Amino acid sequence: MDAGAPKILVLGIGNILWGDEGFGVRAVEAFHRRFETPETVTVLDGGTQGLYLVHFVEEADYLLVFDAIDYGLEPGALKIVRDEEVPKFTGSKKMSLHQTGFQEVLSAADLLGRYPQKLALIGCQPLDLENWGGALTAPVQEAIDAAVEAGAQLLAEWGVALSLRDDNTTIALLTNDIDHQSYERRV
Amino acid sequence: MGIETPNGFNLDNSGKRVVVDPVTRIEGHLRIEVNVDSNNVIRNAVSTGTMWRGIEVILKNRDPRDAWAFTERICGVCTGTHALTSVRAVENALNISIPENANSIRNIMQLCLQVHDHLVHFYHLHALDWVDVVSALSADPKATSALAQSISPWPLSSPGYFKDLQTRLKKFVESGQLGPFKNGYWGHPAYKLPPEANLMAVAHYLEALDFQKDIVKIHTVYGGKNPHPNWLVGGAPCAINVDGTGAVGAINMERLNLVSQIIDRSIEFVEQVYIPDLVTIAGFYKDWLYGGGLSGKSVMSYGDIPEHANDYSASNLLLPRGVILNGNLKEVLPIDNADPEQIQEFVTHSWYKYPDETKGLHPFDGVTEPNYKLGPNAKGTPTKIESLDEGGKYSWIKSPRWRGNAVEVGPLARYIIGYAQGNPEFKEPADRLLKTLDVPVTALFSTLGRTAARGLECQWAARKMRHFQDKLVANIKNGDMATANVDKWEPKSWPTEAQGYGFTEAPRGALGHWIKIKNGKIDNYQCIVPTTWNGSPRDPKGNIGAFEASLMDTPMADPEKPLEILRTIHSFDPCLACSTHVMSPDGQEMASVKVR
Repeated sequence: MDAGAPKILVLGIGNILWGDEGFGVRAVEAFHRRFETPETVTVLDGGTQGLYLVHFVEEADYLLVFDAIDYGLEPGALKIVRDEEVPKFTGSKKMSLHQTGFQEVLSAADLLGRYPQKLALIGCQPLDLENWGGALTAPVQEAIDAAVEAGAQLLAEWGVALSLRDDNTTIALLTNDIDHQSYERRV
Repeated sequence: MGIETPNGFNLDNSGKRVVVDPVTRIEGHLRIEVNVDSNNVIRNAVSTGTMWRGIEVILKNRDPRDAWAFTERICGVCTGTHALTSVRAVENALNISIPENANSIRNIMQLCLQVHDHLVHFYHLHALDWVDVVSALSADPKATSALAQSISPWPLSSPGYFKDLQTRLKKFVESGQLGPFKNGYWGHPAYKLPPEANLMAVAHYLEALDFQKDIVKIHTVYGGKNPHPNWLVGGAPCAINVDGTGAVGAINMERLNLVSQIIDRSIEFVEQVYIPDLVTIAGFYKDWLYGGGLSGKSVMSYGDIPEHANDYSASNLLLPRGVILNGNLKEVLPIDNADPEQIQEFVTHSWYKYPDETKGLHPFDGVTEPNYKLGPNAKGTPTKIESLDEGGKYSWIKSPRWRGNAVEVGPLARYIIGYAQGNPEFKEPADRLLKTLDVPVTALFSTLGRTAARGLECQWAARKMRHFQDKLVANIKNGDMATANVDKWEPKSWPTEAQGYGFTEAPRGALGHWIKIKNGKIDNYQCIVPTTWNGSPRDPKGNIGAFEASLMDTPMADPEKPLEILRTIHSFDPCLACSTHVMSPDGQEMASVKVR
């Protein structure tokens, strides 16, 4: 491990039980399934932990967030924003399930004097945030591969080399039947 | 002109209507409407919240042993406590017993969640209802230091420390991004602290933010990871290997010592920072004893923290179990979570449909069928409500009742029941606090009492973590390494049909899960969460719920700036994510307040 290398947090936020709200978590889950990361990179399923995520954020030099964001675009459209633009988007409207708001997590890290040097947000336009118990809608589901790819490109830009995982050795990020495939299985 | 409710409140909705939507700094979406009289005193209160539906749909036909992982995702705040309730429900249904070590580990995790949640609630979700951040900018750091040193031996208290902090805060405020402080009614006349107390509290706001991350490491040790720790039907998901030198996942002496140190530091932080702050802040608000609501009448606690494994009877639970009705502190009534006549949910004023809405349904027979329609006197349209008609259906929250009675749940309910039982663990600290503040015992029945009970409980929980950690280590030293019972792990060892319930005391109150299992799969699953009890709308008899009751008769300094409403509602630590659904199409950043 390179001691001088920046610490990077790849974070997915949202609620998997609530339709497209689950985008962020499902995107990091897919990212983790696809790529092996060096020790300087942490891949985290942040769920709807809100303020409790502040210590993960403050430990990061660079922060990459996946989240469902209402930009008023076509459902499934991806939009990447960076650095000072990030707080303006996270915690925008329709973020009801993590109302403590990721924006506040960033502010709290700032107030503690430990704000990430670089930030990027890969947001996906949701179609349906209100379907309790529902799966991701088709356009959001289809955006996951592109989102993972965009994440890999950003990390490459930040000097991180990712390698593709050998499928047999993957320990899933979400287990106990709440992994994406099992969750969406309907009996 | 008013109506008297069966539970003793006089409602008058003739005055001006104030709408707060949403109530900010909570999980989920809550809207409050009140009517004030010509003196701006609240004479009618209406609480409406987001919907909790669908877990039965998600869990239907899944493996009962995985239910905890789903329920852990319901909410971002009490993840572990839902998971614990779930594994208890499955164990109750299938008659599975757990080893003593697993009971200790679960108690430590549950108490850890109480400590963490209460601390974060006090400083980060509630303190700003009492503490004016902008006033802190004009504090004298020397006087702040003198104040801090007079109330606690906590070492971070020098004039230089407070001066630096004030400079940082100034810079932060001047940069225009107030961040966590942006939704405040700074300068509101209902703020009573001098600038120095405000600065001290803001310093501790930041220290608590820094400290809270250490507490949850306990979940990482015993639950394997955090966020979203692992749980296990039949025990705790961690092997113990004291001789091990770091076998993956196993608990060794180094891990046990780490937990022990975190417990010590938690006790120290709570006793030297949280409790002294609470006493200091409360001292300036002694004459603001509004917000008692149902607490002086009817309260309920399921109880929690079994001293010994597998016994959930009241005598074995360290947090009290029982119900007090109509202010009769002489009698604590017993609860049976399986009795169809005791816990029932009504939907007369909720946006659901029952075959007969004059009757309630026990959660084993629960039905969740949406029926969204506004009462005849509502104003606005179904998609843009201006004001609700509380005479009709008006909330996505159901009305749970205990034998037909509306009850308050949460730390204050637990302390009142413990106090009524004469349990010294609850009565003595409460009496000491009352004496320090020089207020009568009835002062407990207030917003401040709710906030104080939470602080006392945080201290209690931190000390009980020490008790169970010592018990766990002693048991291990005696050679007992068992953490799980897998005798009934395989579904083929289960009966074809089974039903059961699990309960816990979540930080914000009584939490219950009810499960029906058929052919090894989940057939039905229902949860009643604490905020459903507290935030419930009226029932068929007209009883108002705990949020509504707590707002009654509170004077407001300025209805356009409803600080008093926020203060009282926040004192319940409401969590609507559990109760779940967005009512308004846009979750605005700032609460909008409309006075009509």
